[in-house]
Amino acid sequence: MVMGEIKALVLDEDGIRRALYRLSHEIAERNKGVENLILVGIRTRGVPLARRLAEMIRQHENIEVPVGVLDITFYRDDLSLIASQPVVHKTEIPMNITGKTIVLVDDVLFTGRTVRAALDALMDLGRPKMIQLAVLADRGHRELPIRADYVGKNIPTSLREVVHVQLRETDPEERVVIVERE
Amino acid sequence: MDYCIKNGTLVDPAAGHVGRFDLLIREGKVVEVAPELVAPDDVTVIDAAGLHILPGLVDMHAHFREPGREDKETIATGSRAAAAGGFTAVAVMPNTQPPIDSPYHISYVKEQGEVAGLCRVLPIGCTTKGQQGEEIAELGEMAAAGAVAFSNDGVPLMNAEVMRCVMEYSRLFDKPILIHAEDRYLAGEGQMHLGHWSTVLGLKGIPTLAEEVIVARDLLLAEATGARIHFCHLSSAKSVELVRAAKARGVRVTAEVTPHHLVLTDAAVDEFDTNTKVNPPLVSEYHRQALLAGLLDGTIDAIATDHAPHTREEKHREYDLAPFGQIGLETALALVLAELYHQKRAPLARIVEWMSVNPARILGQSGGDLAVGSPADLALVDLERKWQLTTADIYSKSKNTPFLGREFTGRVVMTLFGGQITHKLPDFSRPEDQRVKGA
Amino acid sequence: MPGLHRKDLLGLKDLTAEEITLILDTAEPCREIFARELRKMPTLRGKTVVTLFFEPSTRTRTSFEVAAKWMSADAINITVATSSVVKGESFVDTAKTIEAVGADVIIIRHAMAGAPALLAKSVKAAVINAGDGAHEHPTQALLDLYSIRRHKGRIAGLNVTIVGDILHSRVAKSNIWGLTKLGAHVTVVGPPTLMPPGLEELGVRVCYNLDEALEGADVVNVLRIQLERQKKGLFPSIKEYSRLYGINKARLDRLAPDALLMHPGPANLGVEITEEAAEDPRSVIVDQVSNGVAVRMALLYLLTGGGREDGLLH
Repeated sequence: MVMGEIKALVLDEDGIRRALYRLSHEIAERNKGVENLILVGIRTRGVPLARRLAEMIRQHENIEVPVGVLDITFYRDDLSLIASQPVVHKTEIPMNITGKTIVLVDDVLFTGRTVRAALDALMDLGRPKMIQLAVLADRGHRELPIRADYVGKNIPTSLREVVHVQLRETDPEERVVIVERE
Repeated sequence: MDYCIKNGTLVDPAAGHVGRFDLLIREGKVVEVAPELVAPDDVTVIDAAGLHILPGLVDMHAHFREPGREDKETIATGSRAAAAGGFTAVAVMPNTQPPIDSPYHISYVKEQGEVAGLCRVLPIGCTTKGQQGEEIAELGEMAAAGAVAFSNDGVPLMNAEVMRCVMEYSRLFDKPILIHAEDRYLAGEGQMHLGHWSTVLGLKGIPTLAEEVIVARDLLLAEATGARIHFCHLSSAKSVELVRAAKARGVRVTAEVTPHHLVLTDAAVDEFDTNTKVNPPLVSEYHRQALLAGLLDGTIDAIATDHAPHTREEKHREYDLAPFGQIGLETALALVLAELYHQKRAPLARIVEWMSVNPARILGQSGGDLAVGSPADLALVDLERKWQLTTADIYSKSKNTPFLGREFTGRVVMTLFGGQITHKLPDFSRPEDQRVKGA
Repeated sequence: MPGLHRKDLLGLKDLTAEEITLILDTAEPCREIFARELRKMPTLRGKTVVTLFFEPSTRTRTSFEVAAKWMSADAINITVATSSVVKGESFVDTAKTIEAVGADVIIIRHAMAGAPALLAKSVKAAVINAGDGAHEHPTQALLDLYSIRRHKGRIAGLNVTIVGDILHSRVAKSNIWGLTKLGAHVTVVGPPTLMPPGLEELGVRVCYNLDEALEGADVVNVLRIQLERQKKGLFPSIKEYSRLYGINKARLDRLAPDALLMHPGPANLGVEITEEAAEDPRSVIVDQVSNGVAVRMALLYLLTGGGREDGLLH
C-alpha cells in the first residue's frame, strides 16, 4: 500500500533484480563461500528478499542456503509509545543458529530500531558466530549505531519522505518509490 | 388551604367520573365535582389544563425500613418518595429491625407516618412473633392498633400448619394475609430466575417452582379455612394460572405484580447490575407475558412497587453478596404508563384500578376515588411529559434502581394528600396561586 | 480492522469469531518459546501484571505468572481468602488499592460470577477473568480451542463433546461460546441434575447418555467433577458417576484413532477419567498446559495494546 503522492521511482523491476544479484555475489565473496550461512528475512518484506537472495546464491554457488523468517514484534521498543501494535506472526528459523553466520535481510534501513530488535530476537534464539545485515535500500537518518554490510541502493531522503519497497510476492507491483508523507 | 382544580381530565372509575371535571376541595375533602365549576373567591385555583387528575395512588407493598435500618430509608424519606410518585397511601412491610409484630410497633409506624404527613402510612403486622414463623403474633391487638394486613413478608412460612393456624385465626378480623410465596428449599442460594440467563451468567437459579409450590399450597389452605389471602409480587405463569382457577372456585384470593416484573426480564441481569437482583427474580419473557395477561384479565388485581431500598455500599459489590430489592415509588407510574398505557394495552381508568382502587379495597382503606366526601388524595399527571431518571429525581434515601438514565413519557407533576400539596415538580410551570378564569 | 478492541477479557460470550481467531493466531509465535533455551522476551518490560486470586488455583495462576514473566512483565500475586471477603472486606476497595500500586493488567479468579465485571467497571487497568463462579473461564477455553486447532488443524465442523458437570462449569460455558462461534458442533453430556436449562438456545446438543454422546466425536473434553457436589445430593456416588460418565479405555477405543482427549485439569484420576485413558496417545492433556501459557502470553500482549495492523511503522 502506498499512501501519499509518489515523488520518484528509485528502482524498477530490473533495478531490484540487478541490485539483489550484486548483493548475492557480495555475500558469497565476503564470507568466502556460503557453507556456514543462514539468510534470515525480517517480516514482512525481508522474507521474500532473503528467499530471492538464496535462489541467486544457489544458481551461482550451487549450494542451498537455509532461509529463516524473523518476526520482531515482541522485541520492538515502541510498544508502549504507539496506540496499537502490529499483528504478530511466527518466527521460523530452520536450524540452531549457534555458531552460524547470519545474514539479516530487510527491505529498508532507516532509524536502525528494527535491526536492533532483530539482533535482540536472534540473540535470544542462540549464539551465532557473526551477524551481518543486507538491505535493499538505505535511506539514512539512523538513530542507533547500526550500519548495513550490504546495501542494494543508497537513497538520500528527507524525514518528510517515505521509502516504499513493493515486491511481487506481497504487492501488486514491483518497485522502490519515494513518497511524500501525508 | 382550599383548592379548586380546573380544566383537567378526571379519571375516577370508582365514582364513575372519567372526563372533563373540576374539583372543589375544602378542609382536605372533595366537596364538589362537576364538569365546570366556578371557583369561589376564597380558594386557590390549580389550572390542570392538559393534565389528568388521578385518585392518589395506593401502594400496598413497600419497605420503609424504620425502625432499625434508617440508613436505607425512614418513614419520612419513604413518604417523600411516595409523594413524588403520586402515592397518597403506602402499606409498609413489617420486616424491620425489630419486626413489626406488636400493637406498640404498629402505633409507632402509624405515628411516624402522621408526623411525616406526606401520605397515609399503613402498617402491616407480622403473622408470627418476631417474624420467626413459629407462634402466631397478636393479630387482634395489632388490628386494633391500626394494622391493615398481616404478612411474614420475606420470611415465608415453610411450616404449613403455622400458616393454616394464621389463616384460621385471621378470619376474626377481615384483614388480608399478604403472602410472599417462596419455598426456601427450592429457592436455595439462588440469585436470579432459573433459565437461559442463569446458565449464561453462571448465577445460581431460582426456579419459578419455588413460588408456585407455595401459591398452590396456600390456595388450598385458604380454601379450607375461608381466610382472605393476597399474593405479593407474582412472577410466574403457573402462579397466575393457579390464582385464576382458585378465583373461579370462589377462593378469597387477590394478587399483585410489581412494575419491574411487568417491564424487565431476566435478560436485564446480563451486566451483573445488582439493582436487577430482586426477589422474586426478574423472569423470562414467557412469564412476563403471562403476568401482563393475568393483569389484563383481572386475575392480578393490583400493581405494587415492592419498594426495597438498600444502601450504595450494600449494592456495590458481588452479585451473590448484594441484597435483593430495588426502589420503585418514584418510577412505578411511569413504568406502568410505558408498558400498558402508551402501548395501548389498557386505558388510564384500568391503571387507576390497579394502582389505587383495588389496593385500597383489598386493604379495606379509604382512597381509590375522588367522590364528594372522599379525602382529597390525588395526583396530577402529565401523560406526555418526557423525562429521564437521574438520582436528583429520587427522594428515597437509597438510589438502588436499574432505571437510572431511562427515558420516560408521563410524569406526576403534583400530588395532594388530604387536600395539601405534598409534591410539586420544581418546573411545574403553572403556579397554583394564580387565578384562572373559567373559559 | 483486526485487533482486540476492548479493555478487558471477561468472557468469550462477548468476543467475535475474528477476535478469538486473532488471539489463537497470536498464540502461535508465543508457543515457539517452549522450543527455546532462553525463554524470555522483552515485550512487556515495565508492565505490572497482578494475579488477584480469591480462590486457590495453582495451575491457572502459575500459567499466567509464567506467561507474564516470559514476556518480562513484573508479576505480582495476591491471594485473598474468600472468607475475609464474605466477612465484609469490600471487594471494590481491594481492587482500587491494587490498581493504585500500578497494575496494568489484573487477572482475577473469584468464586462468584460477575466479580471480574465489577472489577473491570471499577479500575482503569485491563482485567482478565481467570474464572468466576459458574460463569466463564475464557482463557481455559482459548487454550482448549488452541489445542484443538493445533492438533486437528481446524475447529469449524468438528464434533466436540463436553462431559461432566455442565451446571457448575465455567470451563464448559466458555468452551460452548468459543466452539459455537468458530463453527464446531457441540454436544454436552452429564447427569440431568448437573445440566443447566437453556443450553439448546446456545446451539448445543444436550445428551444424558455418554456412549451416545461419544459417537462420532472428534474431540472429547472431560470436565473435573467437584466431589463436594455429591454431598449436596446432585449425584448418588462417585462409583455410580464413574460408571455412567467416566472416560475409560473401553470408551476411548470406540473413538476415532485421530480423536482428541482433553481435560482442563487437575483430573480426579479414576473418577471422571482413568489413568490409562489420560495416558492414551490421543490425550493432549499435558500439551494443554503449555498451550495455556502461549494463549495467556498472547492475551497479555493484545490487551496491553498489541495486535493491530494500523500499528505498522515505516
